[in-house]
Amino acid sequence: MTAFLAKRIGIGLITLIVASVVVFSVLEVLPGDPALLMLGMNATPEALASMREQMGLNAPLIVRYLNWVGGMAVGDFGRSFTYSSPVIDLIAERAVVSLPLAVISLILSTAIAIPVGIFAAARRGKVGDTVSMGVAQVGVAVPNFWFALLLIYVFAVWLRLVPAGGFSGWGGGIWSGVKSLMLPAIALALPQAAILARVTRSAMLEVLGEDYIRTARAKGMPRRYVLWRHALRNAMIPVLTIMGMQFAVLLAGTIIIENVFYLPGLGRLVFQAITQRDLIVVEGVVMLLVASVVVINLVVDVLYAVVDPRLRVR
Amino acid sequence: MSTTTVIAEQAGWRGILRLAFRNRSFVIGFVITAVIAAMALISFVWTPYDITNLVVADRMKGLSAAHPFGTDHFGRDILSMIMIGARNSIAVAVVAVALGIGIGVPLGCWAAARGGWVDEMLMRFNDVVFAFPALLSAVMITAIFGPAAINAIIAIGIFNIPVFARVARAGALSLWPREYILAARAAGKGKAQITIEHILPNIASILLVQGTIQFAIGILAEAGLSYLGLGAQPPMPSWGRMLFDAQTRMMVAPHLAIFPGLAIVVTVLGLNLLGDGLRDVLDPKLRRER
Repeated sequence: MTAFLAKRIGIGLITLIVASVVVFSVLEVLPGDPALLMLGMNATPEALASMREQMGLNAPLIVRYLNWVGGMAVGDFGRSFTYSSPVIDLIAERAVVSLPLAVISLILSTAIAIPVGIFAAARRGKVGDTVSMGVAQVGVAVPNFWFALLLIYVFAVWLRLVPAGGFSGWGGGIWSGVKSLMLPAIALALPQAAILARVTRSAMLEVLGEDYIRTARAKGMPRRYVLWRHALRNAMIPVLTIMGMQFAVLLAGTIIIENVFYLPGLGRLVFQAITQRDLIVVEGVVMLLVASVVVINLVVDVLYAVVDPRLRVR
Repeated sequence: MSTTTVIAEQAGWRGILRLAFRNRSFVIGFVITAVIAAMALISFVWTPYDITNLVVADRMKGLSAAHPFGTDHFGRDILSMIMIGARNSIAVAVVAVALGIGIGVPLGCWAAARGGWVDEMLMRFNDVVFAFPALLSAVMITAIFGPAAINAIIAIGIFNIPVFARVARAGALSLWPREYILAARAAGKGKAQITIEHILPNIASILLVQGTIQFAIGILAEAGLSYLGLGAQPPMPSWGRMLFDAQTRMMVAPHLAIFPGLAIVVTVLGLNLLGDGLRDVLDPKLRRER
């Protein structure tokens, strides 16, 4: 188990290092001088030169890269030039919107998808299966931002139950915060739930065909018990994989969904920072998202090994 | 994976097609995809209205016999816009898939044939690409190189490379130990020649299934990028851009948001059904379970 863990962590670290080189080199080839963008077209050459010095743009590439990576390792993500505040503060400020959004969506999609998938598998070929999988098939094809627009129209414009956009902050209590995240979370969750329900169904069907399930039934165990205790546990492996992958999709999905709902989250931060050429913010947020994907994949891999000891040898 | 290739070897492509047209998902998916493709093709020679002709008096009209899907904020016919927008969606997705196949499949085949460090490098490269949430990187790429359809293609295509590399590698790995490959090697054929003559024809079917899936994902991704203003630029109509324009006008004209969205859903649904159908036909194990 230790060797397994060490190997997985090693691969994760290599992935992170390569990713940081990619992010740094891609963003450094960006056309446009950040100092010029900061000061505007009318800046004097002297002011420009001192700005470049102040921003550390004159140091060799490798030094700048090492400074950047070294800083991030100790929690210093640099300073945003457009917001004139430390990037880490911006990230912390925005994460209180994006993280709850992603978590609520993941909970919602899991809470919908797994029971639906089990239900469909248990009723394979019957009406319930056909209908729920038909809905899932359509759900997979729905772009989340279009679904978001429809939700806004129905619940905000027409029924006036929730705000059409914006974020009230957590200051007014948890409920008012959750209320402004409700529609975005549903919009993010439903297409994901459709995918997850399909995966759960086929994973359950695969397991239900195994001999030990027949044995359990033949022993006289109730169908419900076999379904939930024997089958579900073994069907969880592919389901966990997809859930791990979905968290990355949900995080990226926040870029588009936060733009639909004008939510001040990480996705909107990175989108605005890209258009304003605020590179240090983009680099920091992208690395943070990549790191969270790597960590989640690591956690999923370790969870597999816990669920299924056979996988530890690989 | 291996059962898929066996079927392809035994039944041949004509046999597969005959089976496919007995599969409900495949037939529905095929019809939808054909209709959308036909719509895009027809738009080159004919659309109900000329969309470069702005009729301000007709702006944001609801559904009518003259304009079955209504008109937009410039008085343009939405049906015509959707027909032309289909071109853009299809073009972006097709080229992005071609990019993925063109680079990913040779990489995957090479890794499978060569093994060792080449294989290890490819898998680590895949890890890195998959660590970037695709949409995030697409936003970065299009923002760096400027918003345009061509950059959207590159941004989406890059993520197709590891997908196809992985599928090709897995398919090829399952074939290399087969007897007829051994026979070919004994006959003195090189690895490259074996890959072209024996491996590629036999993994073509799984690549085709993956291709339809990535095609559908490409359509969704293109719509998302255009919605953010990073895809095709006006006046070129695109489904995502139409939805962006609709958002602020939804209170007065909800139909603006309905039809472009439906176009995306129907197209993606059609492609997914086509892919599901193909996989069912090509993989008898799955067919039995469904």
